[in-house]
Amino acid sequence: MSPQPQAAVGAPLSRVDGRLKVTGRATYAADHDIKGAVHAVVVDSTIARGRVTGIDTRAALALPGVLKVISHLNAPRLAYRDDPNLNNPPGRRLRVFQDDKVLFHGQPVAVVVATALETAQHAASLVKIGYDAQSPSTDMSGSDRTNEPATYARGDADGAIGSAAVRLEMAYRTARNHHNAMEPQATVARWDGDRLTLWDKTQWVLGTQNELASVFGLPPESVRVISPFVGGGFGTGVRTWPNVTVAALAAREVGRPVKLVLTRKQLYFAVGYRPVYEYGVRLGSDRRGRLTAMTHDVRAETSTYEDFTEAILVAGRMLYSMPHVSQTYRRVPLDVNTPTWMRGPGYANASFAIESALDELAHEIGVDPIELRRRNEPDDDESSGLPFSTRRLRDCYTTGAREFGWHRRNPKPRSTRDGDWLIGTGMATGVYDVLRSPAQARVRLDADGTALIESGTSDMGPGTYTSMTQVAADALGLTMRNVTFRLGDSRMPPTPPHGGSQTMGTVGSAVQDGCDTVRRQAIRLAVEDRESPLYGVDPDGIVVRAGRLHVKDNPVRGETYQRLLARNERTHLETLGSFQPGESRFSMYAYSATFAEVAVDASLGLVRVRRMLGVCDAGRIISPKLADSQALGGMVGGIGTALLEHTVTDHRDGRIVNANLADYLVPVNADIPDLRAIFIDGEDLEAAPIGVKGLGEVVHIGVAPAIANAVFHATGRRVRELPITAEALL
Amino acid sequence: MSTELTESDVPSPTGPASAPSRRTFIATTTAVGGIAVAGGLVAGPPPLGVEEAAAAEATPSGRVSLTVNGKRHTITVDNRTSLLDLLREHLGLTGSKKGCNAGACGACTVLVDGRRVNSCLTLAVRLEGAEVTTVEGLAPGGEDGELHPLQAAFVEQDAFQCGYCTPGQIMSGVGCIQEGHTGSAEEIREWMSGNICRCGCYVKIVRAVEQTARGK
Repeated sequence: MSPQPQAAVGAPLSRVDGRLKVTGRATYAADHDIKGAVHAVVVDSTIARGRVTGIDTRAALALPGVLKVISHLNAPRLAYRDDPNLNNPPGRRLRVFQDDKVLFHGQPVAVVVATALETAQHAASLVKIGYDAQSPSTDMSGSDRTNEPATYARGDADGAIGSAAVRLEMAYRTARNHHNAMEPQATVARWDGDRLTLWDKTQWVLGTQNELASVFGLPPESVRVISPFVGGGFGTGVRTWPNVTVAALAAREVGRPVKLVLTRKQLYFAVGYRPVYEYGVRLGSDRRGRLTAMTHDVRAETSTYEDFTEAILVAGRMLYSMPHVSQTYRRVPLDVNTPTWMRGPGYANASFAIESALDELAHEIGVDPIELRRRNEPDDDESSGLPFSTRRLRDCYTTGAREFGWHRRNPKPRSTRDGDWLIGTGMATGVYDVLRSPAQARVRLDADGTALIESGTSDMGPGTYTSMTQVAADALGLTMRNVTFRLGDSRMPPTPPHGGSQTMGTVGSAVQDGCDTVRRQAIRLAVEDRESPLYGVDPDGIVVRAGRLHVKDNPVRGETYQRLLARNERTHLETLGSFQPGESRFSMYAYSATFAEVAVDASLGLVRVRRMLGVCDAGRIISPKLADSQALGGMVGGIGTALLEHTVTDHRDGRIVNANLADYLVPVNADIPDLRAIFIDGEDLEAAPIGVKGLGEVVHIGVAPAIANAVFHATGRRVRELPITAEALL
Repeated sequence: MSTELTESDVPSPTGPASAPSRRTFIATTTAVGGIAVAGGLVAGPPPLGVEEAAAAEATPSGRVSLTVNGKRHTITVDNRTSLLDLLREHLGLTGSKKGCNAGACGACTVLVDGRRVNSCLTLAVRLEGAEVTTVEGLAPGGEDGELHPLQAAFVEQDAFQCGYCTPGQIMSGVGCIQEGHTGSAEEIREWMSGNICRCGCYVKIVRAVEQTARGK
């Protein structure tokens, strides 16, 4: 930990970019005004499997203002190099306009470029595509094909369940969900000779840079990606989707900058989604609820061309104590586009199955759900044998139960009524991995006493600009207003993707490292400078506050950065801060307990969430005001998953039926009651030098099962499929 | 085809205009595809390329005079152009966002004659004589001046995360307050439900609207 006094970190500060966002001056991808840019609109396939037999572009090209229609018939062959640094799943990624094959409904088959948006939109509707269509397979339940399964086992789960006093077997299912960030995927692409500049919506400028370099066969330094603001991500911008290639290709073909903004409809097939899961659970326990064994049989959809996997199995191995575990994870290849990570990837789906199953066991044996979880709390990580770095889950339960008023709960289902409404409460546990990857940040302290920190990370909403400024301000001993943090440019130092709750821990630690180094450079300059009042002082006894270095116990003795640098004729001090995770001997996870109260209309089956409390053990909280917003937002997303969100496919032709925000339901203001979040104090210095474990996922994981468990408590009906609809409760 | 552009400063319904000068307005407007600009009124090189002029001639267009953030514009516009695309692609006002282009998300909300509307569902050509206010025109003091009370409340309450829906939420909130639909948190929730926030900031959006309505 830094010896510096903590002033900005931990203070409930407002966002440093708040003014830009409330005045409409924050520039998202499509807001960049690039001189001479023309508009591109993608033509999507209307079959899910087969071949394109012909493309009639005559009507489109006849429209004045149409510059070009590009398809596999006239597109140049692209390099599509493999790049091990990319986070694409195993397989062969979709190669746009490279052949006549159609692999899923909505695949880009052509792009129209025109001078005006309206013209491009109209022209795209005039492009006629001929197909040789085959019958697609898009229904996971109806498919026997699977990719090589992932498995895990310890002990003898089948044997232990066979001899257990209490045995349960359940099948859970979760719907396909789409991120539906408010900002659609958007790109402005401009070529200057062989150099490509992209203003893009992405959660990883470095990933987009490398993807486009590999697609076009360019050295990475020839591609620059700029993304200062991201209008929500939730995972959809972690991978680079084909639309970015289409924009760059179109720009090269017409010799002008091209702007390509996907339509809301296209966001249901042109980018990824949270896949459908079928999750079978069998468990065995003793009569007091002590688990002996659990099996997890998981099936998830993927595409025919890539094998998408995510961390669906981890929670089942380590969250609760039991000697016997058996897991199988099968991916079913279908004629669909490739899924991707969505908030709480894998863990959120696993938590619905596991936390529902625990609730079913609690009801079966008549033990309180929180007490059941306490009885199965492990002493260490039984999947790795490693001790937990920190695990304050018991504190989450205790605090949550007290603040939520859990003791007032009548455990009997369907025992509380309020008029026509059946009232129930439920809880669930959340867990999410601490992801750790190398990150860097450039730190520069100028002679005028201000600092500039740059890192190629992103801010899709959690408040990276603000929280990094807080970390830097404290480590340098400057006020917030004298620190500027910049991000979102591939020319800046590299970072991991802005996803998986890892930005604060990794980039934050790099920022702190760089700022600590620069502060120490300044201190050394002072103590070695005969003209400095700090000459000869022990460097460890010096702190910096508000830009002034002084002896810790004698604030009168000191001087400002400005005087020190001016006298030494230094224009600035600079360094590259870094975070380089080492091998760890600890098991590191963030934890949460979520509590929900629901009301279910006894005759209509309508479910309303009445109140919700999330209690999180996410390590140190850097920016409490923004962390609170992120936690409440995670609950809102969970309410959507639990009660509303469901992408529906017409399996006859693979078409998404509800590819719009009127039919794919997400929570609106009237769906959301008062929500509350509590953070359990405490840092985790094993997880990251700045003590944070990560927040964005764990506040979402466990929300849906808490609601499902509350619905059971309200109605006595156990719904094992998400979303929970009125039909399921009638 | 007769095309022309005229403009005159008119008082803004929301305060003094901070609109760009005629010169900067023309500079931004001439970079567009869908609007034709008259050479007779504009000094300098022809504002339209050959392609743009051809496109404008080929598509049905109409002439409309409207006021945006206190600035009067008389323009010839493609009949298919929505108010949102007019603002974003032609007038350089990118504060209003395109979230769904189908009236389902509210990210494009602006005030037309004081009422909140989805600008993506409003054809620009039908706005003859209309007064449009966007998020850029809300703060009376301009870019670095004092914020509108609801803008300040959004910052104070942290009523946003990614910020993409925020201009629409704020314009909708201004409308909600003017309509008087702020009697209770429940009423605000109901009347703010046309604006989706996927980051899930609803609790704080309600607080910001409530705080601003109380301070009126």
